[in-house]
Amino acid sequence: MEHFGLWVGAFLTLGIYSFLYRDNAWYKLCEAIFIGISAGYWVVILFWDNFYGKFWIGREEEPMLWVGAALGVLMLCRLVPRIGWISRWPLAFIVGATAGLWMMNYFSSNIMAQVQSTIMPLLGEGYSASFGEIVGNFVIAVGTFAGLIYFYFSKEHKGAFGATARLGIWVIMITFGASFGYTVMSRMSLLIGRIDFLLGDWLGLIQ
Amino acid sequence: MTNIGVILTLIVIFGGLLWLLVRSISGREVDRRIIFLFIFVSVAAPIIFQITFKERATPVVEALFANIDGLPAGSKVLISFDFDPAMAPEVQPMANAMSRHCLEKGHKIVFMSLWATGQSLMTTTLSRVILPEFPEKVNGVDYVNVGYKAGNEGVLNVIVSDFKKMFPTDVNGVPLDSTQLFRDIRSCADLDLIIALGGGRPGPKEWVLFVGDPADVPVGVGVAAVVAPQLYPYFPQQIVGILGGVKGAAEYEQLLIATHDRFVDMETPGIDMMGPQTLAHVVIMAFIVIGNIAFFRSRSKGGSK
Repeated sequence: MEHFGLWVGAFLTLGIYSFLYRDNAWYKLCEAIFIGISAGYWVVILFWDNFYGKFWIGREEEPMLWVGAALGVLMLCRLVPRIGWISRWPLAFIVGATAGLWMMNYFSSNIMAQVQSTIMPLLGEGYSASFGEIVGNFVIAVGTFAGLIYFYFSKEHKGAFGATARLGIWVIMITFGASFGYTVMSRMSLLIGRIDFLLGDWLGLIQ
Repeated sequence: MTNIGVILTLIVIFGGLLWLLVRSISGREVDRRIIFLFIFVSVAAPIIFQITFKERATPVVEALFANIDGLPAGSKVLISFDFDPAMAPEVQPMANAMSRHCLEKGHKIVFMSLWATGQSLMTTTLSRVILPEFPEKVNGVDYVNVGYKAGNEGVLNVIVSDFKKMFPTDVNGVPLDSTQLFRDIRSCADLDLIIALGGGRPGPKEWVLFVGDPADVPVGVGVAAVVAPQLYPYFPQQIVGILGGVKGAAEYEQLLIATHDRFVDMETPGIDMMGPQTLAHVVIMAFIVIGNIAFFRSRSKGGSK
């Protein structure tokens, strides 16, 4: 059974990579299998965890679950064009609840705490930091300020303002470069994982 | 065998790159499939010949390692597996290494997942690392697997104040109240460290926003490389350490081997992957340089455009 699984895995992996040569039926088959299995997996998981595990088991003890279930049913109204507009109610509930849930935490952690972390002291009584940390704090503060200036379009980018904006675009480009490097690493890791599977688990070429 | 493999690999790759450079300079196009072939060779050869490099830990990784290492034995650490098989090559090695480290230091681990796909990956760590390597550790006493719970940030919003309200039982249906580990845990505020593994949503960022900051619990993260740059602004104030991609995993494994004799012979998938990773990056950088040379050469030939 394990060997069968390995061969299926290898068949699907090679099928997906066959797209690199050109689009073909083998690739399309593997793509369809992947999408079908993913959708099926999620349906089963969410059914047993949400519908059965949460609603069905707890429906008598927690009446509020019926409200959630009703909103869920209303969402399905999208499938009937004549009453599709009803699905906007549960959507509005989701948007409102999510906004409410996120607002305070986002403001506290992503705005206040981030501003505090950006403007760190360089020197001061009772404050000690290594030379590298001081330089780092300076670069973060100046880089953030210059980056924000670049996105300020109500004033023409000329003179000192333009120079700061140019510094800002350099900071942004360096950030993009770092992100690109990390993205390459991420994608390569996927490829390494698959090649390791093909050469090691499937073909047994690796000890 | 390894040395011959390294020499062969380097000859093939750098000989090929030279050919590409000459071809590009002479203005002839290169089929994209040749580029793919290069990437395949640069990844496959180091895997076959097992080319690895020694890793030196960066401060962000060292900080998380030191945090786990510095906690007193018996500390409670939550590890959340918020990732899927696509991220597993990068994140699973981190999960394994940090689980080993925590158990070796005598910490108690709570395993959970906010992703349905994380459940099976959690089982992989339990069955391949914890059960065979730490047979003396007892389920319910040294670690508890509470499994997956749907609800994303909603789950975090509840467990920050009442853990058992969202997870009344472990994954096998055993009430958490009956486990020794959960005797002193009421909410996430009672944890000593949270390790969020992942790279999507919900993931490390949500752990910081909904649990780490409000409950004042240190959060360490291990993430797929693609999202690591987004998390650096949180370090060190809101995140105690970051393992970014397979490089972070490799650095952590190296630290673990260097400081704990028990792990000298452990599996090191992170370190093993850095060989192909490094060569692939060198090849991609060479592509960028060659592409730019060809571009500027064609521009100088074709006028100002």
